Amino acid sequence: MAESVITDEMRTAIGVESAPSTLEVTTVGCRLFARAVGHTDLIFYDEAAARERGYRGIVAPPGFLGTPVYQPGGRDPEAMGPRYKIPYKRILNGGTSYQHFEPVVAGDVITSRSHITEFREREGTMGAMLITYRETVYTREDGAVVAKMYGNIINY
Amino acid sequence: MAEQVYFEDVNEGDSIPELRKNCSTQQLVVWAAASGDFYQIHYDQEFAQKTGLDTIIVHGALKNAFLGQLLHDWVAPAGAITEFGCQYRGMDRPNQDIVCGGVVTKKYAQDGQHIVELDVWTENPSGQRTTPGTAKVVLPSRG
Repeated sequence: MAESVITDEMRTAIGVESAPSTLEVTTVGCRLFARAVGHTDLIFYDEAAARERGYRGIVAPPGFLGTPVYQPGGRDPEAMGPRYKIPYKRILNGGTSYQHFEPVVAGDVITSRSHITEFREREGTMGAMLITYRETVYTREDGAVVAKMYGNIINY
Repeated sequence: MAEQVYFEDVNEGDSIPELRKNCSTQQLVVWAAASGDFYQIHYDQEFAQKTGLDTIIVHGALKNAFLGQLLHDWVAPAGAITEFGCQYRGMDRPNQDIVCGGVVTKKYAQDGQHIVELDVWTENPSGQRTTPGTAKVVLPSRG
């Protein structure tokens, strides 16, 4: 195993909550996500079909929690969490897992906050890699936590 | 969509109906827009090759969303997915079959809910499970 790339600066970043991001769940966003996946259930596309099944509106497909509000000039760097240098150039998504507590529907506005939970290092077929684990909490306007995401990013 | 699956219909070890996918490059572009993941390794061949890949690859998160559809189509209309996710262990290419599957690992009642746990995955044409994962769903009971 090569020398660790995890610095003290990185260790202090564990558990530090990012600035909140706003995500809008729109009819257009739900339909586009459902279409990209290939969903066939009309609750992801059609207001009447969704209401008939007891939902408040067009349903966000599994794993869709809205579209981040875009600002020209990029996001507030604070929203990305703490910044530190990693000596790897390439990046891959290592895995994603969702917990859904309540249905999310078009019209919902969600606030997400995330923090790093852990760093791990591994020697893989692609060489040395750094794995960063992150937890994101999604809260609706009325304060209800509707979902959580656990993700890991691989730098190598 | 198939008929409603009830908790009582399910046994540990049961396979759920598979979902077959095959992504065109166009589908990857639609996904990029839908997910906001505009990383070029998923649509720019030259860029992908510069990072050491043979060609562009399917977004891991899209395969995870396929597992979301696999589970939704199985539990709908009355069931609900409470947890699902996977690890991105292998890369998939566009224009190749991605077969999504699942098997029931556990079923139990807890706090009045009828819960089923599953192993889920996507499989490439060589039979490798490129995204192994797990899921938890709630099914209606015949009571």
